[in-house]
Amino acid sequence: MRKIIGVETEFGIIVRGAAESNPIAASSVLINAYVQELARAAEGQRPHAKVGWDFEGEHPDIDARGITSESTMAPEVETHLVNAVLTNGARYYVDHAHPECSTPECADPRSIVVFDKAAELILQRSMRAAISLLPEGQEIVVYKNNSDGKGNSYGCHENYLMDRQVPFGRIVSHVMPHFISRQVFTGAGKVGSEAVGMTADDVPFQLTQRADFFEEEVGLETTLKRPIVNTRDEPHADAQRYRRLHVIVGDANLSEVATFLKVGTTALVLAMIEDEFLPRDLTPVAPVAALRKVSYDMTLRAPIDLVDGTRMTAVEMQWEYLDRAKKYAEEHGLECIGAPEVGAEVLRLWEHVLSGLETDPMSLARQLDWVAKYRVIDGYRTKHDLRWDDARLRAMDLQYHDLRPERSLAARVGLDRLTTDAEVARAVTEPPTDTRAWFRGKCLQRWASQIVAANWDSIVFDIGGDPLRRVPMMDPTRGTEAHVGRLMAESTTSAELLDRLGQ
Amino acid sequence: MAEREMKKKSTPAREEQEVVDEAPATSEQGEKIKAELDDLLDEIDGVLESNAEDFVKSYVQKGGQ
Repeated sequence: MRKIIGVETEFGIIVRGAAESNPIAASSVLINAYVQELARAAEGQRPHAKVGWDFEGEHPDIDARGITSESTMAPEVETHLVNAVLTNGARYYVDHAHPECSTPECADPRSIVVFDKAAELILQRSMRAAISLLPEGQEIVVYKNNSDGKGNSYGCHENYLMDRQVPFGRIVSHVMPHFISRQVFTGAGKVGSEAVGMTADDVPFQLTQRADFFEEEVGLETTLKRPIVNTRDEPHADAQRYRRLHVIVGDANLSEVATFLKVGTTALVLAMIEDEFLPRDLTPVAPVAALRKVSYDMTLRAPIDLVDGTRMTAVEMQWEYLDRAKKYAEEHGLECIGAPEVGAEVLRLWEHVLSGLETDPMSLARQLDWVAKYRVIDGYRTKHDLRWDDARLRAMDLQYHDLRPERSLAARVGLDRLTTDAEVARAVTEPPTDTRAWFRGKCLQRWASQIVAANWDSIVFDIGGDPLRRVPMMDPTRGTEAHVGRLMAESTTSAELLDRLGQ
Repeated sequence: MAEREMKKKSTPAREEQEVVDEAPATSEQGEKIKAELDDLLDEIDGVLESNAEDFVKSYVQKGGQ
């Protein structure tokens, strides 16, 4: 099944120059600043980004395993906070105490990279816009990372459309070993460890931001006792046909190659799970311990004990997935992850990265965040003869993720690009053409003043006189430019569009 | 599987954790990356947070998923 993908990123936020600051208020100021600037830019037009989020159909407490337990920590939805739908089909809002941006639904991993970078640009513009709303000398700064270094984590969640028919147990068996082993290329790197009892001597530097925070194998939680495989069953689509696999275990990446491989390899593994193409179950004996072991192992040589009695390193596990993926490409093709060149590029970069990790990991400083970060921090440490627990190294770690272009270390380490500045800038306001996000984005561009609310699977119109009219969008693969482009072009008013849609 | 084992055998053995730190840049690409890193380290102090200790201490992020 075609893998429609979305990524939601929670950003770290601070107010510089303020004695005290409330992160919820700061996040609201940040997002409002952006929304107001859009409204000003569209002078004479409607303030299109003011369309609010529609919470109808949000059920984050439903469990994919079919369990409804009152004791599970279901996420709370805070409806009173800022919540905007953007013309590129994205959602930009305050979640808990962080600004969060969800990409629109994308039909391939390259498109995700473009919209993930567009989200960074949106946050950068928000920071600049917020300066005029703050007292003199204050500045809001946003960090694209997943940890404050003090035991508090915030997520970068991936979402993949899957066939509802696939038993959840089968997904767990094959995706959990992938989540554990993919850390060797998805990790954003971190100085030290936040796990209880770990010192800088035990873990001077690790591959990932997130591994310290996972305590369960499978579960519904996202803020406490985080599970490697999250079971939230909220498809935002036709629940009879679709499942949305919600992935909470990954790091936010600055590297485009890392983002591309994170979602590209995972989408491919999920397609292989659907088509029963993974004969071997690589589940570790102790998955939670294995997740940390891989993250802490800078040699990339630590063997993991598997349930089948064998031992493999994380890199070997990834070779196993790649070998299967190549065979899958021969037998099934790679249409599940987009155009042929996108699938071919996933396979090529996957192999390139695994080969590099085996022979000389430091050669991947242009491709992988953890390598790039390690190189610059360890270089500084060596040059100034610092201990690993020196505050200057922790500061550099945070600053790698600073989204201000003039301060970002990630922007200085020479990371490879897969996108162009022009396409990223365009993606700030234009939706992807090949998912339902196109319909959402185009409706917002044209008729924002008549749209009362929107969410992933519907748009509610108020065209005056009549009751509100909800347009359901239960299939993420429909509502594309190819599907409704002509209908949209031929409708001069929203009323006409609704009539043609039969709403 | 056979392919993977061949790749494994061609890999130089790394015994210690610290080897990664000192791994010399072998390829041309590696040399270039190393030269760029040296340049970056020479100019980086102008970009880094001036009071690292206070900055790290004040960076607190609660209430995340």
